[in-house]
Amino acid sequence: MEGTLLIGLYVFVLAMFVGFELITKVPPTLHTPLMSGSNAISGISIVGALLVIGRAGDAVLMRWIGLAALILATINVVGGFLVTDRMLQMFKSKDAS
Amino acid sequence: MEMSGFSTAIPLAYLASAVLFILGIKRLSHPDTAAGGNRLAAIGMLLAVIATLLESGLEYTWIIAGVAIGGLIGGVMARTVKMTAMPEMVAVFNGFGGAASGLVAVGEYLRVAGGAGGETLAIDSGVSIMAGTLIGAVTFSGSMIAFGKLQGFVTGNAISNPLVKFSAGLLLGVAVVLAVYLVGFESNLVFYWSLIAAALILGVLFVIPIGGADMPVVVALLNSYSGLAAASAGFVLGNNALIISGALVGASGLILTGIMCRAMNRSLANVLFSAFGTGSATAGRAADGDRVATPIEAEDSAMVLGYASQVIFVPGYGLAVAQAQHRVRELADLLTERGVSVRYCVHPVAGRMPGHMNVLLAEANVPYEQLCEPEDVNPDMENIDVAVVVGANDVVNPLARDDPSSPIGGMPIIETDRAKTCIVIKRSLSVGYAGIDNPLFYLRNNRMFFGDASDALARITEEVKQL
Repeated sequence: MEGTLLIGLYVFVLAMFVGFELITKVPPTLHTPLMSGSNAISGISIVGALLVIGRAGDAVLMRWIGLAALILATINVVGGFLVTDRMLQMFKSKDAS
Repeated sequence: MEMSGFSTAIPLAYLASAVLFILGIKRLSHPDTAAGGNRLAAIGMLLAVIATLLESGLEYTWIIAGVAIGGLIGGVMARTVKMTAMPEMVAVFNGFGGAASGLVAVGEYLRVAGGAGGETLAIDSGVSIMAGTLIGAVTFSGSMIAFGKLQGFVTGNAISNPLVKFSAGLLLGVAVVLAVYLVGFESNLVFYWSLIAAALILGVLFVIPIGGADMPVVVALLNSYSGLAAASAGFVLGNNALIISGALVGASGLILTGIMCRAMNRSLANVLFSAFGTGSATAGRAADGDRVATPIEAEDSAMVLGYASQVIFVPGYGLAVAQAQHRVRELADLLTERGVSVRYCVHPVAGRMPGHMNVLLAEANVPYEQLCEPEDVNPDMENIDVAVVVGANDVVNPLARDDPSSPIGGMPIIETDRAKTCIVIKRSLSVGYAGIDNPLFYLRNNRMFFGDASDALARITEEVKQL
């Protein structure tokens, strides 16, 4: 188990660096879509929610908690990506004109 | 991890989705590629979900119900939200993300320690669960308060009270002690629920003292927290997809927070812990009574603008409030047809979230080539014939440059006071969020156009048509 935690930490720290590198290149114009888009990515906890439901077995409370997490994460994912797309279409559309 | 036929395929799919997230964010660095980047990230998410669904033993009825409900709510919200309300939307989504991650930690806690046996937690999963619970709960309640402040349900004023700080400190202490006890000594459901309650109140106390115009910083910081919450859920489950995505979002939020703080020349600690405008220098030079602000009407404004060669518009939160983005664009188009060179200068903290003004201008179809930043305009300000300030105040306050002792001293501003003529469209001479007087209003080259931004711009546009 210690190994898992340690590998997780490695992955976390390195991913933070990748994040810093990537995001400093995003221009201020796109900061709002960046926020809503990255927000949708943080909805990755949808995976966690699915696993919680799967592992609940007969534990009723746990299953309901998993369902609540799944609903919230899905709102986050679906809403986040869609609204970001809506915004970015506006940024893009003027390009043609 | 379940050991099934998919035992290697699933982690590889997670890796692929992490790669798609990174490529997606990379494409956000240009408006032309950004929409594609967002879709790439969405495909990454879909891949991660499909991979998870391949794990054995999942309860599909529950899953379909959850995804249907969540997808419907999210879809409707995304379609119907007004662009001016994006800060509220992002605040709510930050909260939901935090809550989902927190609930994953709660679910894991119940699985590991909630059984009749009441086993003690292994140290590593215990620490992860406690961190996930804490960060998730703080993100959720903090975001809800931020939403309330943006929406006006909760007072936008900074509530500065030593009691708030004291209680927050105390609660944080209690939460940490509870977490240590739960991991180090014995698992106890009552203590765990208390920990969640403490964390929820802590989130409220964390955002309550922060005022309305500091919301860009708070929303960015909560964005970062929602990422960290997802990452800790990843540690809880030993799932690298969650850890990587959470770290990316955490980094993104932190960078935006830093940018916002720099744009106000304040430290993060200053934003979070000292309610703004309560500093000693507030009184400043408020009361030299004989200054006169010169008003201007639509006809004269149209004359000045119509015969200018270079014009900049400086939008602020008032533009969002008045929904005046389309009006600005109409006026700018008309001026452009007359051969005037028009640009929009956007201050990083204008509005209620990073990039807020840019989204509104994009909605009004303003070409992004016409958008510029203060550094691009300031050196050349003497050559600007007219600077039109629409619903902005503190970001054009010359005190920030001239008076280091002022609460906004040292904050980079758009120096419209140095333009040949400056027209400020504003309802009254009242102070801005910082609570300090704006000497710009009384300068000889400044004119005040009193009124609602949308209405004022429409009237100027009509007059320009008459020229």
